[in-house]
Amino acid sequence: MNGTKFVLLLLIVAAATYGAAWAIGNAYVFFAGYIVLQYIALATAWNILGGYTGYVNFGTAAFFALGAYSTVVLHKLTNLPLPLMMPIGGIVSGLVGLGTGYLTLRLRGAFFSIATLALAVVVQTLITNWDFVGGSRGAYIVRPMKAPLLGIDYIQYLFLVMLGLVVIVLATARAIERSRLGYGFATIRDDEVAAEASGVPTLRLKLLATTLSGAFMGMAGAPLPYYVTYLDPASGFSLAYAVNGVAMPLVGGTSSWLGPVIGAILLGTLQQVATVTISSALNLLIVGLMLVAFVIVAPNGILGLFGAGAKRARA
Amino acid sequence: MEMSLELLGNAVVSGLLLGGFYAAVTIGVSISFGMLDIVNIAHPAFIILGSYIAYIANTSFGMDPILASVIALPAFYLLGMAVYQVYYLAFERRGDEALRGLAFFFGLLFITEVTLVLVFGVDYRLVDAPYIGPSIHIGAIELPLRLLVPCLVALAMVGGLQLFMARTFLGRAILAVAQDQLALRLMAANPTRIKRVAFGLSIATASLAGAVLIVIQPVEPSIGRDYIGRVFAICVLGGMGSFAGTLVAAMALGIVENLTATFYGPSWAPAVAFGFLLITLAVRPAGIFGR
Repeated sequence: MNGTKFVLLLLIVAAATYGAAWAIGNAYVFFAGYIVLQYIALATAWNILGGYTGYVNFGTAAFFALGAYSTVVLHKLTNLPLPLMMPIGGIVSGLVGLGTGYLTLRLRGAFFSIATLALAVVVQTLITNWDFVGGSRGAYIVRPMKAPLLGIDYIQYLFLVMLGLVVIVLATARAIERSRLGYGFATIRDDEVAAEASGVPTLRLKLLATTLSGAFMGMAGAPLPYYVTYLDPASGFSLAYAVNGVAMPLVGGTSSWLGPVIGAILLGTLQQVATVTISSALNLLIVGLMLVAFVIVAPNGILGLFGAGAKRARA
Repeated sequence: MEMSLELLGNAVVSGLLLGGFYAAVTIGVSISFGMLDIVNIAHPAFIILGSYIAYIANTSFGMDPILASVIALPAFYLLGMAVYQVYYLAFERRGDEALRGLAFFFGLLFITEVTLVLVFGVDYRLVDAPYIGPSIHIGAIELPLRLLVPCLVALAMVGGLQLFMARTFLGRAILAVAQDQLALRLMAANPTRIKRVAFGLSIATASLAGAVLIVIQPVEPSIGRDYIGRVFAICVLGGMGSFAGTLVAAMALGIVENLTATFYGPSWAPAVAFGFLLITLAVRPAGIFGR
C-alpha cells in the first residue's frame, strides 16, 4: 500500500469513527473518545523517538503540558482559532525537545532518559512560578458553546480536531517507517556505533526524531485547556501522561505504527471504563502493572504476540 | 550588611548539612548506575518506601525512625537482590537494558508510588524524634539537629561503604565488576552474583536514606520524583562510581540549592538540580572527579 492510499484509508476510518460517534448521539462518547484519540497521538509521537530510534522519553507530560500551556497563553493574548494554536504549541514543545536532545543526545541513551525525567519536574516548576498562566492556582478557560464555522457542539469539534491530528501523526509515522529516514532511525536503534561508522548522521537523525516527537506531543496537548476548561500544573503534568506515553507503545508493540494505536485504544478505553467504575488511582496501578508485565513477558508487545511484528511492518 | 552575611553563612552551613543528606540519597545510585551500569531510576521510590516504613515503626511502635531503618536493612537488601534477579533474567541477559530495562524501572517507580497513594493517601506524613526541633548555636550560625543528625548518619554510611569497598574481598570484587566484567569472567568469577550483592547493597542504602528523609521533611508518595533529577545530577557530577566525588557533588548541590531557596524562594529549588544536571552533561559528562 503506498502513502497516498494509506492516507485515504486513514481518512475513511476517521470519517467512519466520527460518523459512528455521531450516530450513537451521546455527548459522553465524544468526551471519552477525545481522550482515547489524544492517547493515540501521544503514543504514536512517543514511538517516533522511542520505538524507531530506541531512545526513551520519560517527559511526555512535560511536552504535552507545554502544548497545553501555549494554548493558555495564546487564548489570553490573541483570538487565534484552535487549529492555528496547535502548530504553535507544537513548535514550543519541539524546540524544547531539540534543546534537551542537543545537550544530552551525544551521550549514552540513559542520560537522555534521565534528563527527560528531570525536565518534567523543571518545566512544572517554571509553570507553577509563572503567574500569567495562573501559577499553582491554575487557569480557567471559557469554552465556547459552538465551534466556529461548523456550528457543531464544541466537544464534538475538539473530537474532530483531535481526529485530524491523529490522521496527520499516523500518516507521518508510517511514512517515516518506510523511508530512508526510518531505516536511518532503525540503524541507531540496532547498533549506534556501527551506524555512525557507516556514515549515518546519527546525531542529526536523533535530534530530528526528538523534535518531531516532542512537537506532536505538544500539538496533542494544545486543545486540552478547552477540553478541561480549568488547567492547573498538577493535572497538566499528571504522571498519567508520562506513564501512558511509555506504556501504550510498549504494550502495543514498538516495531510498527500499528502498535501504539493498539496500545492506546486498549489502555485508553480500559482507563475510561475503570475511571468510571473503580478509582482513578487504581486504574493507573493497572497501567503500571501492565507495563512491567509486558516488558518482562512480551517484549514485542501485542503485535509480537500475534507474530505480526517487524516482519509485516516492513512488507 | 551584617544581617545578609549572617543569612549567607547560615544558608551555606545548612546547605552543607543538606548536601550530606543528598549523599545518603545518591550513594545507592552511585553503586547501581555508577558502578554496575544499571539505570535504576526507581531508586527514589525505594527511598520513599523506606520513609514509610520508618513512619509506621515510629507512629505505631514509637521506635526511633533511624533505628527502624537499620532493622529494615536486611529486608531492603533482599528486595534489591530480587529486583536485580528479575532485571537480569528479563533484560540484561537478553541485552535489552536500553529500552525495556528502563521502562521496567519506570514501571517499578510508578507502581510503588501509586501503591503508597492507595495505602496511605496523599497526605504528608511525619515522624517524631527527640532531635527534631532543637538546634545548636555556634556564634551566629545555627545547626538544626533535624539536619545535623541525617548528615552524620549519611557520612557514617558513605564512610562505611567506602571502607567496605576498599578493604573487603567482596567490596574489591564489586569494584572489579565496575571496571571490567569480561576480565572477571575470564578469571572464572561470576559477575552476575557479585552484581546481585552490590545491587542489594544499593537498595539497602535506600532504607537509611528514607529514614533520614522523613526526619528532614514530611513525606508524601510523589516527592520521590523531585529527587530523580538531584540524585542523577549528583551521581554524574561526582564522577559516577566515586563515593568521595558523590559527597563533594552532593554538598555543592546542597549549598547552591539552599542559596537559591534563601535568596529567590524555595519554589525555585527543584529547578537548580536540573540546571546542574544539564550543565554537567553538556560541559563535563565525566564529572568533576572523572577520568
